[in-house]
Amino acid sequence: MTVHVQDRDVDVMEARSRDARQGRRVRALMLVAALLYVGALLVAPLVGIAWSAVKGGLGTLWNTLKEPDVLHAFWLTAQITIVTVVVTSFFGVIVALVLSRDRFPGKRLVSALVDLPLAVSPVIVGLSAVLLFGLGGWFEPWFSTHNIQILGALPSMVLVTIFVAIPFVIREVYPVLEELGMEEEQAAWTLGASRLQTFFRVTLPNIRWGLLYGIALSTARALGEVGAVLIVSGLIQGKTETAPLIIFRFFEQNHYTEGYIVALVLALISIVLLVVIEHFKNRRIQEAPE
Amino acid sequence: MAVAAAEGSAPRRSLLTRVRTSGRLGRWSLRTTALLYLGLMVVLPLAAIVAKGFSNGMSALSSALSSFGAWEAIRLTLVASALCAVINGVMGTLLAYVLVRIPFRGRGALATLVDLPFAVPTLVAGVMLVALYGPTTPLGRWLADHGIHIVFAQLGVLLALLFVTLPLVVRTVQPVLLELDPAEEEAARVLGAGRWTTFRRVMLPALRPAIVAGAMLAFARALGEFGAVVIISGNIPGRTLTAPVYIFSLVSQFRYPEAAAVSTLLFAMAFVLVLITERLVAPKKDAELQ
Repeated sequence: MTVHVQDRDVDVMEARSRDARQGRRVRALMLVAALLYVGALLVAPLVGIAWSAVKGGLGTLWNTLKEPDVLHAFWLTAQITIVTVVVTSFFGVIVALVLSRDRFPGKRLVSALVDLPLAVSPVIVGLSAVLLFGLGGWFEPWFSTHNIQILGALPSMVLVTIFVAIPFVIREVYPVLEELGMEEEQAAWTLGASRLQTFFRVTLPNIRWGLLYGIALSTARALGEVGAVLIVSGLIQGKTETAPLIIFRFFEQNHYTEGYIVALVLALISIVLLVVIEHFKNRRIQEAPE
Repeated sequence: MAVAAAEGSAPRRSLLTRVRTSGRLGRWSLRTTALLYLGLMVVLPLAAIVAKGFSNGMSALSSALSSFGAWEAIRLTLVASALCAVINGVMGTLLAYVLVRIPFRGRGALATLVDLPFAVPTLVAGVMLVALYGPTTPLGRWLADHGIHIVFAQLGVLLALLFVTLPLVVRTVQPVLLELDPAEEEAARVLGAGRWTTFRRVMLPALRPAIVAGAMLAFARALGEFGAVVIISGNIPGRTLTAPVYIFSLVSQFRYPEAAAVSTLLFAMAFVLVLITERLVAPKKDAELQ
């Protein structure tokens, strides 16, 4: 009897170690598959662009980046990004506050509206601006009598970029506010703090990492917007060309190397941004676990 | 403070009234601001599209769809987006599993890398893929010799969509996987279930809503993708022209009603998907609240 039990123990142990070996193999296989996929899809193209951009020599790289049109494109992109981030953060926090603190009929619909820009093609956004501000558009008469140029100028480029960047701050701040609840704010009110004091002294410090994460995401989106801006900008060389648009033009004109160079610079900027994004995200998760 | 204490309950009541009235006022102004912001920035532009596209009934839509390559463009967009959702649904789930359950050196780096497509401008993503697989690069030449064409081919469209949508699935599945208790899987294993059975019967039911939601988001995003596709696909009508690029070409020919009609079709699909996804993710939240 005892011998039999020991036999079984040995069997079980063998089966276990066989199982553990198999488990390690499965895990290693999954890891390799995941790394290969990310390597082929994300890393290899990064290497590709770096190689293609410096292939023409550092002289070409420097000369391309010195071109007035290229410099102006980066400056324009910076302007659009800054305005977009300020607007979407300010109104984004308000929308998040309303969605988390207020009750009114149709709130579900409003929260679906917030996600809508994520699902709408940028091309459609550009078209809608053309329809609103272009000839025969709803707003065209007013702006033309006041001599304000919207299409083919900065205002329309900013407007469409705001549209595509709307969801990010709201989506990152809203869950933090939900998690937080209203107790701290109510305590501040009862102690005599005004609404604004409460917001700046209680609410804002609590949502800051979520807000910064949302801001970093909208920055990335605003930097890279192309479809919508392409349609409204009118593509005036050296005037309404953003950094992504100038890449588009270089490719159309078969100046591939110049296109690769500007793209490499944008890619490097976005990698820096990515590190910032990850930092804010980790901080947000530490402060307000979902 | 001393005065307040001496006067008893009167200041307390006035404080409460103050909080209440300022609260009501504050709430109203916040709610109005939020609704105006979303109404003007999201609803109005989309309303303009629908109004333009169907101002003459279905005539604009039928005229747009009768153009050469229109149906093929819509079909390619649907098929490529569906394929992209399925492939990234599987690979994204695998990546999420690897990131959550398999400890290895460089896990943090992989987690950061997965978010790269959020940070990189979509046009730059397309440029990166051309820089790697283009006909003038060594890899592109080698692949072409073996009969695989990526740039200016349908495979390139798929690759661009895969690049852009990868983080969506990973980021939806990962938090659910983190919540999942490994003890359940261990219990299944101890009771004699194989690895595959454990995955299929224990993990998959818990992960399924997140996987489906992530894949839906990827599908909706892929439907509208422009920047990455326009560079790599070559936009050959009937072969590699996608629906968003088709809309863009209609806009550049000033065929606004037709462009608006196709846009409505495209974003109606995307909107329905977003609503379904909200439903899939929301029930859990409602249950928690109750």
